[in-house]
Amino acid sequence: MSFKQALCAATAMTLVTASGALAENLVIATVNNGDMIRMQGLTQDFTDKTGHTVEWVTLEENVLRQRVTTDIAAKGGSFDIMTIGMYETPIWGANGWLVSLDDLSADYDADDILPAMRAGLSHDGTLYAAPFYGESSMIMYRTDLMEQAGLEMPEAPTWQFIREAAAAMTDRDNDINGICLRGKAGWGEGGAFITVTANSFGARWFDEDWNAQFDQPEWADALNFFVGMMEESGPAGYATNGFNENLSLFQQGKCGMWIDATVAASFVTNPDDSTVADKVGFALAPNSEGVDKKANWLWAWALAVPAGTQKEAAAKEFIEWATSKDYIELVAENEGWANVPPGARTSLYENPNYQAVPFAQKTLDSILAADPNNPTVKPVPYVGVQFVAIPEFAGIATEVSQEFSAVYAGQQTVDEALAKAQALTNDAMEAAGYR
Amino acid sequence: MARAVTQQRKIINTTAAWGIGLLIFFPILWTVLTSFKTEATAIADPPVFLAFDWTLENYSAVMERSNYARFLWNSIIIAGGSTILGIIVAVPAAWSMAFVPSKRTKDILLWMLSTKMLPAVGVLYPIYLICIKLGILDSRGALVVILMLMNLPIIVWMLYTYFKEIPGEILEAARMDGATLKEEILYVLTPMAIPGIASTLLLNFILAWNEAFWTLNLTAANAAPLTAFIASYSSPEGLFFAKLSAASTMAIAPILILGWFSQKQLVSGLTFGAVK
Amino acid sequence: MATKHSRSAARLMMAPAVILLLGWMLVPLIMTLIFSFKRYLPLRGGDLGWVGFENYVRFVSSSAFWPSVAATLTIVGGVLLITVIFGVLLAILLNQPMWGQGVVRILVIAPFFVMPTVSALVWKNMFMDPVNGLLAHLWRFFGAEPISWLSEASLPSIVIIVSWQWLPFATLILLTAIQSLDGEQLEAAEMDGAPPLKRFGYITLPHLSRAITIVILIQTIFLLAIFAEIFVTTGGAFGTRTLTYLIFQRVLESQNVGLGSAGGVYAIILANIVAIFLMRIVGKNLDA
Repeated sequence: MSFKQALCAATAMTLVTASGALAENLVIATVNNGDMIRMQGLTQDFTDKTGHTVEWVTLEENVLRQRVTTDIAAKGGSFDIMTIGMYETPIWGANGWLVSLDDLSADYDADDILPAMRAGLSHDGTLYAAPFYGESSMIMYRTDLMEQAGLEMPEAPTWQFIREAAAAMTDRDNDINGICLRGKAGWGEGGAFITVTANSFGARWFDEDWNAQFDQPEWADALNFFVGMMEESGPAGYATNGFNENLSLFQQGKCGMWIDATVAASFVTNPDDSTVADKVGFALAPNSEGVDKKANWLWAWALAVPAGTQKEAAAKEFIEWATSKDYIELVAENEGWANVPPGARTSLYENPNYQAVPFAQKTLDSILAADPNNPTVKPVPYVGVQFVAIPEFAGIATEVSQEFSAVYAGQQTVDEALAKAQALTNDAMEAAGYR
Repeated sequence: MARAVTQQRKIINTTAAWGIGLLIFFPILWTVLTSFKTEATAIADPPVFLAFDWTLENYSAVMERSNYARFLWNSIIIAGGSTILGIIVAVPAAWSMAFVPSKRTKDILLWMLSTKMLPAVGVLYPIYLICIKLGILDSRGALVVILMLMNLPIIVWMLYTYFKEIPGEILEAARMDGATLKEEILYVLTPMAIPGIASTLLLNFILAWNEAFWTLNLTAANAAPLTAFIASYSSPEGLFFAKLSAASTMAIAPILILGWFSQKQLVSGLTFGAVK
Repeated sequence: MATKHSRSAARLMMAPAVILLLGWMLVPLIMTLIFSFKRYLPLRGGDLGWVGFENYVRFVSSSAFWPSVAATLTIVGGVLLITVIFGVLLAILLNQPMWGQGVVRILVIAPFFVMPTVSALVWKNMFMDPVNGLLAHLWRFFGAEPISWLSEASLPSIVIIVSWQWLPFATLILLTAIQSLDGEQLEAAEMDGAPPLKRFGYITLPHLSRAITIVILIQTIFLLAIFAEIFVTTGGAFGTRTLTYLIFQRVLESQNVGLGSAGGVYAIILANIVAIFLMRIVGKNLDA
């Protein structure tokens, strides 16, 4: 028996060596989101197929960003594969820090990647990171509470309707807040949300000459609307609520509506974690009446190979494995179709098994509604919907969102925050040499 | 009568002290309790204290996901290595400061302490670049050296205060008997200084164990200690209080147990040897 | 007692520690200084040449600078105040005769063992969370509106978390000092009819002054550098951005190493001002 096993192993080894690939040990930095944790659990499948082993460095999102950015900028070479987002990819790609992924095998079918995702993860037409999962934002709402309020959610509601519905659903005595939204400081948290909200009110971050636009009325409208609605119908302390906090509020049945990442749909409809799993409806993210842009963002967590790694071939093999159609099948087999990584491949949405998942179509529609090259009503010099793809943005937007969070916490007025945001953004852009 | 009063006072003191002690300890206790709950129970309203179905599922989930043993081992090596190395470097310095003081001794001591006030993040890039140049990024060796340097001022200072307690006459006498410097340190000083050294060792072990800036930023897969282990459990998507509690318990348990067993040295170590 | 021979031996023995620390201080310090005069943007190709004092001017003229200095001093001051006052009270209590003193002592020092990251996470999520936190439950139990600690009372919250970590240290030092207090002196004062408050003011407190300075000195060194507690809880929002955190934002979030390095130089200057100030007080007390 053990001899047989040994023989098997030996054969496998020969096969691997014969195919020309040396067994490598890959170090992969990733974020501690559910889909990535699941991928870690399935690593053995990759090792069985290719002989390469994998070591995971799993970190919380903020720590991960700081860690991989330092490493790639200093050319530290600590990681063979990095999990990065749609914000980092074009910037790093432009700097020549990432290996081009245009030469992935034909089996991989790169053309199957959703065009919006592919565009967001490319620079000058070259793909620099392969999407592991992608998301937009949409409305998740409680069908039972909506009914109680005597309202019906349209396919594509406006902010004005949302505000009215939120007020109608709010029942403070029973601890039900009409709407839960992100207010937490940080460019990827509340910063992302208020930016898409502003987009849907016709605002923009910069004009064509990189002048900050916080002094324009659209920003004041958006922020005043947001604050007003949250005061009427939002949960207490929303200034510190991010994705996670809202998710747990919604799962506990404390929110009537929640506008956030489409990937949350599989969490709120999972009866193991959610007390309201069977009462959730979905709708497209809203826009303000008369404005042609919706509050849709576009994001992907993607796998990229830092330039200069010694293990480029093996790293690409891993990427082909992790972002392939086969991987999706593998997860579906083990965990069911609702739990496969969404938003990356066109074929997934053509698969009848997946079309049966209640939120599949709305997720796709939301992703298709976002256009990173054309995110705002007025023209802008930048790419990105809920972010501006320039290296300085993360720092600036974090500070701006901190000013906004201080408004949500009642520590300053909307006008004060906008004035500070305007000043600090222009200052930072000047320091970076844009103006 | 007087006895009754003292007895009564003792009861009041005991109640008050235990009350406050438990209050201070409560966050740790609550973390440990939460680690045995399911995620749903962990956020139950109203919160449950003891009457829940105790489960080990969080621990098995954590063990399955992370290689806890390796994180633990790295923590032990890094904290232990840096502390021992620090003591080796610091003993001679502290000895000379305590027994051959000069006008500048106190200045040197205070200067050493002031180096601890440099903000670490300001030199992240420089140190990172140096580590790359030397090829020691993500190695335990680099962290041993860096944490040793970080804690060296404290170690020197603590040892100095302990050594100063040792009466100089004893050394004098040993010298009269013809002891060499080496013998003096080895046979006379060291035995007397052992409790002080032990306390210093313990305290600095804890400080190094808890250091979370360099240990996070200079490691990847090989040298990552428990601080990095924790960073993979803080704020993921979905409910996480119970798993976070389990991971936290696993990260602090070794130190708590160590503290429990070496209470006496630790207590004197916690005073940094500064107060007798 | 010091012969010429032992003096040179002493110098030799001190050398490794001094040289190492000098290196540890000088190498990064010099690099920080060099970077602070440069336009150094890792995401835009790294070193982009010398810019003179531009980074220094920009760092102080930013609207975030003075509030960050204020936040730093508030946090350090607040934690010192709380730990010293409660440390003294707790030390006096623990010094009284009681049952199970050893166990109580272990309970009280336990927070010191907890990693700052862990304690911040535990406090933030399990206690201060305005919905699921234990404090929110407690507030609701008494019919009050739960406080969203980390936004409405951000600085006090951070001070509470950090004080919890450092109270054990203060208590222990002060307890050790109190234990060495001459009991007879107190008894004599009691016989003379001095009320408890007077006995405390005239005998106990002066006796503790040296221990208190030590507490202040050592805690200040560690408190000026606190980082994890802010990173985990507020991320610098709601006025909790300390100087250390501001530098972190400049270096890592904005990826502007030059600007951050200039901030680092300011932080060193601030630390040294505090240090000199402290040394003045402590220096006198250290020999006692």
